[in-house]
Amino acid sequence: MKADLIDEAGPIWQVLEGVCDPEIPVVSIVELGIVRSVDPERVVLTPTYTGCPATQVIERDVRAALDAAGYRHVRIETILSPAWTSDWITPVGREKLRAYGIAPPGRRAVACPQCGSTSTEEISRFGSTPCKALWRCRDCAEPFDLFKCH
Amino acid sequence: MPALPPIRPEDERCAAKDGPHGAFDPRGEPEGPALFGYLLRLGDDSLILGQRLGEWCGHAPSVEVDLSLANMALDLIGQATHFLNRAGEVEGKGRDGDRLAFHRDVLDYRNCWLVEQPNGDFAQTMARQLFFSTWQKLLCARLVSSAEPTIAGVAEKAVKEVTYHQELAAQWVIRLGDGTEESRRRIEDGLAWNWRFVPELFEMDDLASFMAERGIGVDLAAMRPDYDAQIAAVLAEATLEPPADQRPILGGRRGHHSEHLGHLLAAMQFLPRTYPDAVW
Repeated sequence: MKADLIDEAGPIWQVLEGVCDPEIPVVSIVELGIVRSVDPERVVLTPTYTGCPATQVIERDVRAALDAAGYRHVRIETILSPAWTSDWITPVGREKLRAYGIAPPGRRAVACPQCGSTSTEEISRFGSTPCKALWRCRDCAEPFDLFKCH
Repeated sequence: MPALPPIRPEDERCAAKDGPHGAFDPRGEPEGPALFGYLLRLGDDSLILGQRLGEWCGHAPSVEVDLSLANMALDLIGQATHFLNRAGEVEGKGRDGDRLAFHRDVLDYRNCWLVEQPNGDFAQTMARQLFFSTWQKLLCARLVSSAEPTIAGVAEKAVKEVTYHQELAAQWVIRLGDGTEESRRRIEDGLAWNWRFVPELFEMDDLASFMAERGIGVDLAAMRPDYDAQIAAVLAEATLEPPADQRPILGGRRGHHSEHLGHLLAAMQFLPRTYPDAVW
Protein backbone atom coordinates (compact mmCIF):
# COMPACT_ATOMS: atom_id res chain seq x y z
CA MET A 1 0.00 0.00 0.00
CA LYS A 2 2.75 2.38 0.98
CA ALA A 3 4.63 1.58 -2.22
CA ASP A 4 1.47 2.41 -4.19
CA LEU A 5 1.23 5.78 -2.51
CA ILE A 6 4.83 6.59 -3.35
CA ASP A 7 4.26 5.47 -6.96
CA GLU A 8 1.27 7.77 -7.26
CA ALA A 9 2.95 10.73 -5.59
CA GLY A 10 6.11 10.45 -7.70
CA PRO A 11 4.64 11.93 -10.90
CA ILE A 12 3.05 14.76 -8.87
CA TRP A 13 6.47 15.65 -7.43
CA GLN A 14 7.72 15.78 -11.03
CA VAL A 15 4.95 18.23 -11.95
CA LEU A 16 5.86 20.42 -8.97
CA GLU A 17 9.53 20.37 -9.94
CA GLY A 18 8.43 22.21 -13.08
CA VAL A 19 6.84 25.07 -11.09
CA CYS A 20 9.28 27.93 -10.57
CA ASP A 21 9.35 30.61 -7.93
CA PRO A 22 7.83 33.71 -9.62
CA GLU A 23 10.48 36.05 -8.16
CA ILE A 24 13.46 33.74 -8.72
CA PRO A 25 12.58 31.82 -11.88
CA VAL A 26 15.70 29.65 -11.85
CA VAL A 27 14.67 27.59 -8.82
CA SER A 28 11.65 25.33 -8.49
CA ILE A 29 9.34 25.40 -5.53
CA VAL A 30 10.60 21.92 -4.62
CA GLU A 31 14.19 23.18 -4.52
CA LEU A 32 13.08 26.11 -2.35
CA GLY A 33 11.66 23.64 0.15
CA ILE A 34 8.15 25.06 0.25
CA VAL A 35 6.46 21.80 -0.83
CA ARG A 36 5.99 20.07 2.51
CA SER A 37 4.31 16.86 1.41
CA VAL A 38 2.64 15.23 -1.56
CA ASP A 39 0.21 12.34 -1.67
CA PRO A 40 -2.31 11.25 -4.31
CA GLU A 41 -4.96 13.46 -2.69
CA ARG A 42 -3.19 16.69 -1.86
CA VAL A 43 -0.17 18.93 -2.12
CA VAL A 44 0.85 20.78 1.05
CA LEU A 45 2.66 24.10 0.66
CA THR A 46 4.13 26.50 3.24
CA PRO A 47 4.88 30.20 2.64
CA THR A 48 8.44 31.48 2.98
CA TYR A 49 7.40 34.74 4.65
CA THR A 50 4.02 35.51 6.22
CA GLY A 51 3.38 38.39 3.85
CA CYS A 52 5.17 37.09 0.75
CA PRO A 53 3.01 38.20 -2.21
CA ALA A 54 4.45 35.33 -4.28
CA THR A 55 2.54 32.84 -2.12
CA GLN A 56 -0.71 33.44 -3.99
CA VAL A 57 1.01 33.35 -7.38
CA ILE A 58 2.68 30.07 -6.44
CA GLU A 59 -0.61 28.51 -5.41
CA ARG A 60 -2.15 29.60 -8.71
CA ASP A 61 0.82 28.25 -10.70
CA VAL A 62 0.70 24.92 -8.85
CA ARG A 63 -3.01 24.66 -9.57
CA ALA A 64 -2.45 25.35 -13.27
CA ALA A 65 0.41 22.84 -13.46
CA LEU A 66 -1.58 20.12 -11.70
CA ASP A 67 -4.63 20.73 -13.88
CA ALA A 68 -2.55 20.65 -17.04
CA ALA A 69 -1.01 17.33 -15.99
CA GLY A 70 -4.41 15.78 -15.30
CA TYR A 71 -4.39 16.11 -11.49
CA ARG A 72 -7.52 18.20 -11.13
CA HIS A 73 -8.60 16.17 -8.10
CA VAL A 74 -5.43 16.89 -6.13
CA ARG A 75 -6.12 19.54 -3.46
CA ILE A 76 -3.75 22.29 -2.44
CA GLU A 77 -3.37 23.00 1.26
CA THR A 78 -1.28 25.63 3.01
CA ILE A 79 0.23 25.10 6.44
CA LEU A 80 2.11 27.61 8.59
CA SER A 81 3.69 25.22 11.05
CA PRO A 82 6.42 24.04 11.10
CA ALA A 83 7.61 27.40 9.79
CA TRP A 84 9.67 27.40 6.60
CA THR A 85 13.38 27.90 7.07
CA SER A 86 16.05 28.68 4.49
CA ASP A 87 17.74 25.43 5.67
CA TRP A 88 15.14 23.61 3.54
CA ILE A 89 16.55 24.98 0.28
CA THR A 90 18.17 21.97 -1.39
CA PRO A 91 21.89 21.88 -2.33
CA VAL A 92 20.90 22.02 -6.02
CA GLY A 93 18.67 25.02 -5.27
CA ARG A 94 21.55 26.79 -3.51
CA GLU A 95 23.87 26.26 -6.45
CA LYS A 96 21.23 27.57 -8.86
CA LEU A 97 20.76 30.68 -6.71
CA ARG A 98 24.50 31.34 -6.71
CA ALA A 99 24.78 30.85 -10.48
CA TYR A 100 21.85 33.30 -10.89
CA GLY A 101 23.74 35.95 -8.88
CA ILE A 102 22.00 35.52 -5.51
CA ALA A 103 24.22 34.49 -2.61
CA PRO A 104 22.60 31.45 -0.97
CA PRO A 105 21.77 31.61 2.76
CA GLY A 106 24.34 30.22 5.15
CA ARG A 107 25.74 30.56 8.62
CA ARG A 108 29.26 31.24 7.35
CA ALA A 109 30.83 34.28 5.66
CA VAL A 110 28.84 35.62 2.71
CA ALA A 111 30.66 34.95 -0.57
CA CYS A 112 30.18 37.24 -3.57
CA PRO A 113 28.30 35.24 -6.23
CA GLN A 114 30.29 37.02 -8.95
CA CYS A 115 33.91 36.62 -7.83
CA GLY A 116 33.68 34.37 -4.78
CA SER A 117 35.38 36.84 -2.42
CA THR A 118 34.21 36.73 1.18
CA SER A 119 35.18 40.38 1.70
CA THR A 120 31.56 41.53 1.54
CA GLU A 121 29.30 43.93 3.42
CA GLU A 122 25.61 44.54 3.96
CA ILE A 123 24.11 47.62 2.27
CA SER A 124 20.50 47.10 3.29
CA ARG A 125 18.87 44.58 5.59
CA PHE A 126 15.97 44.33 3.15
CA GLY A 127 16.18 43.87 -0.60
CA SER A 128 13.86 43.58 -3.58
CA THR A 129 11.75 40.86 -1.93
CA PRO A 130 11.09 39.91 1.71
CA CYS A 131 13.49 36.94 1.47
CA LYS A 132 16.53 38.92 0.28
CA ALA A 133 18.99 41.47 1.65
CA LEU A 134 21.23 43.78 -0.38
CA TRP A 135 25.00 43.24 -0.13
CA ARG A 136 28.14 44.51 -1.83
CA CYS A 137 31.48 42.91 -2.64
CA ARG A 138 34.50 44.92 -1.47
CA ASP A 139 36.79 43.25 -4.03
CA CYS A 140 34.85 43.35 -7.31
CA ALA A 141 32.57 46.19 -6.07
CA GLU A 142 29.45 44.49 -7.46
CA PRO A 143 26.25 44.75 -5.44
CA PHE A 144 24.32 41.49 -5.05
CA ASP A 145 21.28 39.95 -3.41
CA LEU A 146 21.71 37.65 -0.42
CA PHE A 147 18.98 35.13 0.26
CA LYS A 148 18.46 35.79 3.96
CA CYS A 149 19.09 33.11 6.54
CA HIS A 150 15.64 32.68 7.95
CA MET B 1 -22.21 11.78 -19.80
CA PRO B 2 -19.08 12.38 -17.72
CA ALA B 3 -19.54 13.81 -14.24
CA LEU B 4 -18.59 17.43 -13.76
CA PRO B 5 -15.34 17.89 -11.86
CA PRO B 6 -15.82 18.75 -8.18
CA ILE B 7 -15.68 22.37 -7.04
CA ARG B 8 -12.53 22.88 -5.01
CA PRO B 9 -11.85 25.45 -2.29
CA GLU B 10 -9.45 27.40 -4.52
CA ASP B 11 -12.12 27.57 -7.28
CA GLU B 12 -14.54 29.12 -4.83
CA ARG B 13 -11.93 31.61 -3.67
CA CYS B 14 -11.26 32.66 -7.26
CA ALA B 15 -14.95 32.98 -8.05
CA ALA B 16 -15.95 34.94 -4.98
CA LYS B 17 -13.00 36.93 -3.74
CA ASP B 18 -15.11 38.89 -1.29
CA GLY B 19 -17.35 35.99 -0.30
CA PRO B 20 -17.50 34.15 2.99
CA HIS B 21 -14.57 31.96 3.90
CA GLY B 22 -16.76 29.08 4.99
CA ALA B 23 -19.16 28.51 7.80
CA PHE B 24 -17.75 28.03 11.25
CA ASP B 25 -19.11 25.43 13.62
CA PRO B 26 -19.32 27.14 17.00
CA ARG B 27 -20.00 23.91 18.88
CA GLY B 28 -16.32 23.20 19.43
CA GLU B 29 -15.53 26.78 20.48
CA PRO B 30 -17.35 27.90 23.62
CA GLU B 31 -15.10 30.92 23.85
CA GLY B 32 -15.98 32.03 20.29
CA PRO B 33 -16.75 35.73 20.90
CA ALA B 34 -13.73 36.14 23.17
CA LEU B 35 -11.45 34.41 20.69
CA PHE B 36 -12.85 36.62 17.93
CA GLY B 37 -12.00 39.70 20.01
CA TYR B 38 -8.53 38.41 20.78
CA LEU B 39 -7.79 37.69 17.12
CA LEU B 40 -8.94 41.23 16.26
CA ARG B 41 -6.43 42.65 18.74
CA LEU B 42 -3.59 40.67 17.18
CA GLY B 43 -4.69 41.30 13.60
CA ASP B 44 -5.50 45.00 14.04
CA ASP B 45 -2.11 45.76 15.64
CA SER B 46 -0.34 44.28 12.64
CA LEU B 47 -2.72 45.75 10.06
CA ILE B 48 -2.62 49.33 11.35
CA LEU B 49 1.16 49.42 11.82
CA GLY B 50 1.56 47.85 8.37
CA GLN B 51 -0.58 50.62 6.88
CA ARG B 52 1.38 53.29 8.77
CA LEU B 53 4.73 51.95 7.54
CA GLY B 54 3.32 51.74 4.02
CA GLU B 55 2.79 55.51 4.14
CA TRP B 56 6.58 55.86 4.01
CA CYS B 57 6.75 54.13 0.62
CA GLY B 58 8.48 56.56 -1.74
CA HIS B 59 9.16 59.08 1.05
CA ALA B 60 11.89 57.45 3.14
CA PRO B 61 15.28 59.17 3.63
CA SER B 62 17.06 56.66 1.34
CA VAL B 63 16.08 53.85 -1.01
CA GLU B 64 17.42 51.25 1.43
CA VAL B 65 15.23 52.61 4.22
CA ASP B 66 12.29 52.74 1.82
CA LEU B 67 12.79 49.02 1.12
CA SER B 68 13.09 48.21 4.81
CA LEU B 69 9.90 49.98 5.81
CA ALA B 70 7.89 48.52 2.91
CA ASN B 71 9.14 45.02 3.68
CA MET B 72 8.27 45.34 7.35
CA ALA B 73 4.81 46.56 6.32
CA LEU B 74 4.46 43.49 4.13
CA ASP B 75 5.34 41.14 7.00
CA LEU B 76 2.82 42.87 9.27
CA ILE B 77 0.02 42.82 6.69
CA GLY B 78 0.76 39.13 6.12
CA GLN B 79 0.27 38.48 9.84
CA ALA B 80 -2.91 40.55 9.81
CA THR B 81 -4.31 38.55 6.89
CA HIS B 82 -3.92 35.28 8.79
CA PHE B 83 -5.26 36.64 12.09
CA LEU B 84 -8.25 38.41 10.54
CA ASN B 85 -9.20 35.52 8.25
CA ARG B 86 -9.21 33.28 11.33
CA ALA B 87 -11.22 35.91 13.23
CA GLY B 88 -13.82 35.83 10.47
CA GLU B 89 -14.04 32.03 10.67
CA VAL B 90 -14.43 32.14 14.44
CA GLU B 91 -17.12 34.80 14.18
CA GLY B 92 -19.02 32.67 11.68
CA LYS B 93 -20.91 35.51 10.02
CA GLY B 94 -19.31 35.13 6.64
CA ARG B 95 -16.77 37.95 7.01
CA ASP B 96 -13.22 37.29 5.81
CA GLY B 97 -10.02 39.20 6.53
CA ASP B 98 -10.60 41.75 3.76
CA ARG B 99 -14.14 42.39 4.95
CA LEU B 100 -12.91 42.94 8.52
CA ALA B 101 -10.09 45.20 7.38
CA PHE B 102 -12.04 47.39 4.98
CA HIS B 103 -15.58 47.48 6.36
CA ARG B 104 -15.19 48.18 10.08
CA ASP B 105 -15.28 51.62 11.65
CA VAL B 106 -12.97 53.15 14.22
CA LEU B 107 -14.98 51.98 17.22
CA ASP B 108 -14.74 48.35 16.05
CA TYR B 109 -10.96 48.38 15.79
CA ARG B 110 -9.08 46.71 18.65
CA ASN B 111 -5.49 47.78 18.02
CA CYS B 112 -3.35 49.52 20.62
CA TRP B 113 -2.79 53.28 20.51
CA LEU B 114 0.91 52.94 19.72
CA VAL B 115 0.47 51.54 16.20
CA GLU B 116 -2.00 54.20 15.05
CA GLN B 117 0.26 57.10 16.03
CA PRO B 118 1.37 59.26 13.12
CA ASN B 119 4.73 58.56 11.52
CA GLY B 120 6.08 62.01 12.41
CA ASP B 121 9.67 62.23 11.22
CA PHE B 122 11.85 59.18 10.61
CA ALA B 123 13.09 59.18 14.21
CA GLN B 124 9.54 59.13 15.58
CA THR B 125 8.72 56.19 13.29
CA MET B 126 11.81 54.29 14.47
CA ALA B 127 11.02 54.98 18.13
CA ARG B 128 7.52 53.56 17.61
CA GLN B 129 8.99 50.56 15.80
CA LEU B 130 11.45 49.81 18.60
CA PHE B 131 8.71 49.97 21.21
CA PHE B 132 6.31 47.81 19.20
CA SER B 133 8.69 45.23 17.70
CA THR B 134 10.42 44.58 21.04
CA TRP B 135 6.98 43.85 22.50
CA GLN B 136 5.77 41.84 19.50
CA LYS B 137 8.91 39.69 19.55
CA LEU B 138 8.35 38.78 23.21
CA LEU B 139 4.66 38.17 22.48
CA CYS B 140 5.21 35.92 19.47
CA ALA B 141 7.87 33.89 21.29
CA ARG B 142 5.15 33.02 23.84
CA LEU B 143 2.25 32.65 21.40
CA VAL B 144 4.18 29.87 19.65
CA SER B 145 2.72 27.54 22.28
CA SER B 146 -0.83 28.98 22.04
CA ALA B 147 -3.64 26.42 22.20
CA GLU B 148 -5.15 28.06 19.10
CA PRO B 149 -3.36 26.49 16.10
CA THR B 150 -3.61 29.51 13.77
CA ILE B 151 -2.20 31.86 16.41
CA ALA B 152 0.62 29.40 17.17
CA GLY B 153 1.37 28.93 13.47
CA VAL B 154 1.48 32.65 12.66
CA ALA B 155 3.57 33.34 15.77
CA GLU B 156 6.08 30.66 14.79
CA LYS B 157 6.67 32.36 11.44
CA ALA B 158 6.33 35.90 12.72
CA VAL B 159 8.86 35.58 15.52
CA LYS B 160 11.67 35.28 12.98
CA GLU B 161 10.44 38.26 10.96
CA VAL B 162 9.79 40.44 13.98
CA THR B 163 13.27 39.73 15.34
CA TYR B 164 14.54 41.34 12.15
CA HIS B 165 12.22 44.35 12.65
CA GLN B 166 13.43 44.79 16.21
CA GLU B 167 17.09 44.63 15.19
CA LEU B 168 16.56 47.18 12.44
CA ALA B 169 14.72 49.59 14.74
CA ALA B 170 17.35 49.16 17.48
CA GLN B 171 20.18 49.89 15.03
CA TRP B 172 18.50 53.09 13.88
CA VAL B 173 17.70 54.27 17.41
CA ILE B 174 21.34 53.70 18.33
CA ARG B 175 22.60 55.46 15.20
CA LEU B 176 20.31 58.45 15.70
CA GLY B 177 20.88 58.72 19.46
CA ASP B 178 24.64 58.42 19.15
CA GLY B 179 24.74 60.57 16.01
CA THR B 180 24.57 64.32 15.51
CA GLU B 181 23.01 66.88 17.79
CA GLU B 182 20.06 67.12 15.40
CA SER B 183 19.49 63.34 15.10
CA ARG B 184 19.75 63.01 18.87
CA ARG B 185 17.15 65.72 19.46
CA ARG B 186 14.79 64.05 17.00
CA ILE B 187 15.04 60.55 18.47
CA GLU B 188 14.60 61.95 21.99
CA ASP B 189 11.42 63.66 20.82
CA GLY B 190 10.26 60.49 19.05
CA LEU B 191 10.80 58.32 22.10
CA ALA B 192 9.02 60.84 24.33
CA TRP B 193 6.05 61.05 21.95
CA ASN B 194 5.52 57.28 21.85
CA TRP B 195 6.41 56.36 25.43
CA ARG B 196 2.98 57.07 26.95
CA PHE B 197 1.44 54.40 24.68
CA VAL B 198 3.73 51.61 25.90
CA PRO B 199 1.91 50.67 29.16
CA GLU B 200 -1.20 49.73 27.16
CA LEU B 201 0.77 46.91 25.54
CA PHE B 202 0.97 45.13 28.90
CA GLU B 203 -2.60 45.73 30.02
CA MET B 204 -4.33 42.57 31.27
CA ASP B 205 -8.04 43.31 31.00
CA ASP B 206 -10.80 40.68 31.29
CA LEU B 207 -10.44 39.43 27.75
CA ALA B 208 -6.65 39.15 27.90
CA SER B 209 -6.88 37.28 31.22
CA PHE B 210 -9.61 34.96 29.89
CA MET B 211 -7.47 34.05 26.89
CA ALA B 212 -4.33 33.60 28.99
CA GLU B 213 -6.15 31.28 31.41
CA ARG B 214 -7.18 29.08 28.49
CA GLY B 215 -3.66 28.88 27.12
CA ILE B 216 -4.64 30.79 23.97
CA GLY B 217 -3.20 34.15 24.99
CA VAL B 218 -0.30 35.05 27.25
CA ASP B 219 0.30 36.92 30.48
CA LEU B 220 1.33 40.26 29.02
CA ALA B 221 2.18 41.81 32.38
CA ALA B 222 4.76 39.10 32.97
CA MET B 223 6.63 40.24 29.83
CA ARG B 224 7.30 43.70 31.22
CA PRO B 225 10.61 43.04 33.03
CA ASP B 226 12.15 41.48 29.90
CA TYR B 227 10.79 44.34 27.82
CA ASP B 228 12.16 47.03 30.09
CA ALA B 229 15.58 45.36 30.15
CA GLN B 230 15.74 45.11 26.35
CA ILE B 231 14.66 48.72 25.80
CA ALA B 232 17.13 49.92 28.45
CA ALA B 233 19.97 48.04 26.73
CA VAL B 234 19.24 49.72 23.36
CA LEU B 235 18.89 53.18 24.92
CA ALA B 236 22.15 52.72 26.84
CA GLU B 237 23.99 51.88 23.62
CA ALA B 238 22.34 54.89 21.98
CA THR B 239 23.63 57.03 24.90
CA LEU B 240 20.02 58.07 25.55
CA GLU B 241 18.14 58.46 28.80
CA PRO B 242 14.86 56.53 29.15
CA PRO B 243 11.91 58.89 28.56
CA ALA B 244 10.27 60.37 31.64
CA ASP B 245 7.20 58.47 32.81
CA GLN B 246 3.94 59.95 31.61
CA ARG B 247 0.35 59.16 32.38
CA PRO B 248 -0.41 55.98 30.40
CA ILE B 249 -3.20 56.06 27.82
CA LEU B 250 -5.44 53.01 27.55
CA GLY B 251 -8.57 52.08 25.67
CA GLY B 252 -7.61 50.90 22.18
CA ARG B 253 -8.44 47.29 23.07
CA ARG B 254 -12.02 48.38 23.77
CA GLY B 255 -12.44 50.60 20.73
CA HIS B 256 -11.41 53.99 22.15
CA HIS B 257 -8.86 55.47 19.79
CA SER B 258 -6.95 58.65 19.08
CA GLU B 259 -8.18 60.92 16.31
CA HIS B 260 -5.42 59.58 14.07
CA LEU B 261 -7.04 56.19 13.44
CA GLY B 262 -10.05 57.63 11.63
CA HIS B 263 -7.82 59.45 9.16
CA LEU B 264 -5.78 56.30 8.59
CA LEU B 265 -8.92 54.24 7.94
CA ALA B 266 -10.31 56.88 5.59
CA ALA B 267 -7.26 56.46 3.36
CA MET B 268 -7.03 52.69 3.75
CA GLN B 269 -10.73 51.91 3.26
CA PHE B 270 -11.62 54.45 0.59
CA LEU B 271 -11.47 52.19 -2.43
CA PRO B 272 -13.33 49.08 -1.17
CA ARG B 273 -16.02 51.28 0.39
CA THR B 274 -16.49 53.50 -2.65
CA TYR B 275 -16.34 50.62 -5.13
CA PRO B 276 -17.67 47.63 -3.15
CA ASP B 277 -17.52 45.35 -6.18
CA ALA B 278 -13.86 46.08 -6.94
CA VAL B 279 -11.60 43.02 -6.98
CA TRP B 280 -7.89 42.60 -7.66
